[in-house]
Amino acid sequence: MKEKLLKIAEEASSAIDAAGADLEALRIKYLGKKGELTAVLRGMGALSAEERPVIGQLANEVRAKIEAKIEAGREAARARELEAKLASEKIDVTVPGHKTPVGVMHPISLVQRQLEEIFLGMGYEIAEGPEVELDYYNFQALNIPEDHPARDTQDTFYITDNILLRSQTSPVQVRTMEQKKPPIKIISPGRVYRSDAVDATHSPLFHQLEGLVVDRGVTMGDLKGTLESFAKTMFGEDTRIRFRPHHFPFTEPSAEVDVSCFACGGKGCRLCKGEGWIEILGSGMVHPNVLKSCGIDPDEYSGFAFGMGVERIVMLKYHIDDMRYLYENDVRFLHQFK
Amino acid sequence: MILSMKWLSDFTDVSDVSVKEYCDNMTLTGSKVEGFETLGEEISGVVAGRILSVTPHTNSDHLVICSVDIGKEDPLQIVTGANNVFAGAVVPVATDGSRLPGGIKIKKGKLRGEVSEGMLCSIAELGLTTHDMPGAIEDGILILNDCGLKDAQIGADIHDVLLLTDTAVEFEITSNRPDCLSVIGLARESAVTFGKELNIPTPSFGEDANDGDDIKNYLSVNIKAPEHCMRYSAKVVKNVKIAPSPLWLRMRLRASGVRPINNIVDITNYIMLEYGQPMHAFDYSCLDGSHIIVRHAEENEEYVTLDNIKHNLNSSMLVIADEKKPVALAGVMGGANSGISDTTATVVFESAVFHPGNVRRSAQTLGMRTESSSRFEKGLDPENTISALARACELVRELGAGEVVDGLIDVYPTKKEAVKLLLDADIINKFLGVNIESSRMEEILLSLGFGVEGNEIIVPSWRDDVRLMPDVAEEIIRIYGYNDIESTVDRVYGTGMRTPSQAFEVRLRDMLLGMGLDEIQTFSFISPKFYDKIGMKADDMRRNSVTIKNPLGEDTSVMRTTVIPSMLNVLSDNSSVKNRDVTLFELGTVYIPTEEGKLPDERRKISLGFYKNGEKGTDGFYRMKGYIEALTDIAGIDNVKFESCSEDAAFHPGRCAVVSVNSRELGIFGEIHPTVAANYGFTEQVYVCELDFKTLFEEKRKAVDYRPVPKYPAVERDFSFVCAESLEVGAIAEVMKAAGGRLLESVELFDVYRGRQVGEGMKSVSFAVMLRDPEKTLTDEESDKVAEKILKALEEKLGIALRA
Repeated sequence: MKEKLLKIAEEASSAIDAAGADLEALRIKYLGKKGELTAVLRGMGALSAEERPVIGQLANEVRAKIEAKIEAGREAARARELEAKLASEKIDVTVPGHKTPVGVMHPISLVQRQLEEIFLGMGYEIAEGPEVELDYYNFQALNIPEDHPARDTQDTFYITDNILLRSQTSPVQVRTMEQKKPPIKIISPGRVYRSDAVDATHSPLFHQLEGLVVDRGVTMGDLKGTLESFAKTMFGEDTRIRFRPHHFPFTEPSAEVDVSCFACGGKGCRLCKGEGWIEILGSGMVHPNVLKSCGIDPDEYSGFAFGMGVERIVMLKYHIDDMRYLYENDVRFLHQFK
Repeated sequence: MILSMKWLSDFTDVSDVSVKEYCDNMTLTGSKVEGFETLGEEISGVVAGRILSVTPHTNSDHLVICSVDIGKEDPLQIVTGANNVFAGAVVPVATDGSRLPGGIKIKKGKLRGEVSEGMLCSIAELGLTTHDMPGAIEDGILILNDCGLKDAQIGADIHDVLLLTDTAVEFEITSNRPDCLSVIGLARESAVTFGKELNIPTPSFGEDANDGDDIKNYLSVNIKAPEHCMRYSAKVVKNVKIAPSPLWLRMRLRASGVRPINNIVDITNYIMLEYGQPMHAFDYSCLDGSHIIVRHAEENEEYVTLDNIKHNLNSSMLVIADEKKPVALAGVMGGANSGISDTTATVVFESAVFHPGNVRRSAQTLGMRTESSSRFEKGLDPENTISALARACELVRELGAGEVVDGLIDVYPTKKEAVKLLLDADIINKFLGVNIESSRMEEILLSLGFGVEGNEIIVPSWRDDVRLMPDVAEEIIRIYGYNDIESTVDRVYGTGMRTPSQAFEVRLRDMLLGMGLDEIQTFSFISPKFYDKIGMKADDMRRNSVTIKNPLGEDTSVMRTTVIPSMLNVLSDNSSVKNRDVTLFELGTVYIPTEEGKLPDERRKISLGFYKNGEKGTDGFYRMKGYIEALTDIAGIDNVKFESCSEDAAFHPGRCAVVSVNSRELGIFGEIHPTVAANYGFTEQVYVCELDFKTLFEEKRKAVDYRPVPKYPAVERDFSFVCAESLEVGAIAEVMKAAGGRLLESVELFDVYRGRQVGEGMKSVSFAVMLRDPEKTLTDEESDKVAEKILKALEEKLGIALRA
């Protein structure tokens, strides 16, 4: 009997291996009620009392082996089936994705925010003020007397004799100094207006960003250090700056500030017109008359101020040669500023 | 200001400095150089030659053959078409391989079979005019004999013959430095910049003629408006011989960008350039009487300027007048009635200083800014008039232009006092953040013409811009070197934070970008016609705009009170160039007038707008509404209401809504009215919205108050009703919410169906209602009770019942 059992085990094993999908038939053939193993077990009655448990155990072992073998075979069949199914489901990954629209920031906002972030990181706060402004804040308080050429009507848009469209964001500095005692550390970004007809390099409306720091003991060296670290952050670590004496009514001493050309590094190229330097800023120490008109004692406090045109930086940064693109808002233009 | 480097060398010697270095260093000490030009640099290989003979060309009746001596062994044969050549003429000869202005190259060649070894030049071919070369003709060869140059050395380079040996440097002088609008002023700056000697000779009126004649016999001057005329000095020159100025003087004027006219006029221009003191010369014989009166013009007084333009003056304008008429508009331009002419025999030289503001206003009112007015309006030094006048007299003698009459007129009502300032090196060093020795400071100031007396400095009379400590600091540091200041870091404290409102704007912008809208920036000013274009009613308050008095044009003449026209313009521009499916937003400002004489209310607006090619129906409306809901959602506002609006003619009356948050109006949106859309040339449906930023910000939830996540399950009940098309689903939801009470968590519309089954003019609407008790699990009974309440309320208030 033992031999019979072992033979069944062997036969079943090779039958299962060869069977492929139809394992149920084999299960019935070997383990079913009328199966071969059952048939062998039926003959157990003829065995001696000593043989019976030995053969019984063997029979159980053979049954377990066959069952396990069948189960393994089934598992493998399921895996094959799944594999085949997945293979049949293969897709073309080069078909474009479902489009999620992503908007683009206007290049002026983009650069303005970048400038803001740099100065926020240096501890500045952002001050705001009206665009339709009193003559007093735009001119008088900024040490621009009645007959100064900057007041020519051909430069400034007037609403009444006394109200105008601010030609600079400096009135925000005055308003801030009137409202707040030093220490003052602000930037004032925003729209300004000048009576220039629209062409490739002019616009009657553009954006400025000015900065103002007032406290005890603020020096021109601080101004230089501030602009230097601004320039390095904005235009790259290797950027150098150059101060040129200039004249603004609201600062003394005043300086125009060049940065080393960020296209050629200062060797001279088309962007910097061979100069190696690009003019980017106006700056200076706040004029004592300006401090005084805001109720700040110039003998006790000093300060510096600087200002830059956002459009100019936008145009330099992206090599835009015509300012009009900025206000046409053609999406084919806008979509480039990702 | 254009500076002749030759002229500069009269006062200081910077010949060891290259032009490039000169320009760079001058810029760094505050005299900004715009560029420079080497005169005659386009000319090479042109020499003076003498025509030996002129013979006819055998193959041409308009060409002649010249034999020209250019100082070489053999004369050149040159063919020319000019008919003013003659044997003995001294002419400019462009030899083989020479170059002329405009990139022209001259090569040896053959003209109708005759060899021509170069070209004889006209003035135009050398880049000159008859003003530069009086005596020359326009259409012919430049005959140097006619220009006083018959003795030019034959074979000499034409640059040397015509004194085209100068370099002109163009400066951009800032308005605080009128003293640098002069050769002497720039010479001072140059000497200081390069550490050179400065040598300014004191000009002299020369010895008196002692012929018994005196200026008193000609002239007296009365200043009737001393507030506008600080000083009036004058000299008279008699027996004037009007003639061209000598070549050296013409070439200096030319290098400085001033056109030579005649000796007397050239002298006035020469003095203006050298001393920065505008001078006026007028013909004495044109005066009525012998009285010069400096007065204000009569209202509407007529006056014709030298350029023959008639002006009507006003009573604030200062004139120089004789007893009957104005002969000059003070500081601006002389009169046609008294200008220098070829027959002028007696000349009055005026050297005066007028009030800067007055000159500026006069020039501006009459729209005639001149070299003279642009100097006066910056404020000139009254201490300069006499030197300038003396130098003019020197030139009169040197040029033999006439006889200087003895005596001087000099009316100087209030002598200018020297200004003294304290020099405190310590304060200046602290202010600048440097450490400069006080001796170095004094040295710099002395070289700039300041006086030093103990701890005081005396400001030169030509430096009205130096009045306070920072002015002195600037003088010192610009020479010491701005770029030698050590960079330091200020220790001034600031939070480095955006305000909540600024931070919210950043958030909104980022969110709109994330939602797929592109940002635009548009002009704040628009045309008042744009209001018509969006169908705004005639009595709409928004037509009352802040108006610009001096706009560039109507299109930019009023400050917008709505951002909708700006958005529509941009959408329309994009549509017209066939950009597909454009979705935009702008964070723009509108300007709402307040009281007369007060500043307007400036309000930030969020404007959204889009079109989708080929889109029909109402999808666009709900897409726009979805954007707005996202904005109110990010602001944490629960109470958002949309109400149908048919009042605004910009919008489709059936597809427009007003949105409010916490019962405050936030804005309006909808489909643009087809008529308005047509005004903008749209063929697509267009959707636009305008929301008020400040309202959204103010109603924004300020703080988040955490609530626990629900522990007990919700029960969902779905309801479907059939109702009239006109019944808004919002109204149904409102009733359901009110009736549902505490246990109702949310009501959500999930289907609207129209079709045969529900009948014409009707719709079927389906809502999912979520019920939840935060304290325990709801029983069926409890939720049934709420459902009943909801259904009852709908039946009573809206007359609708569950769909059968």
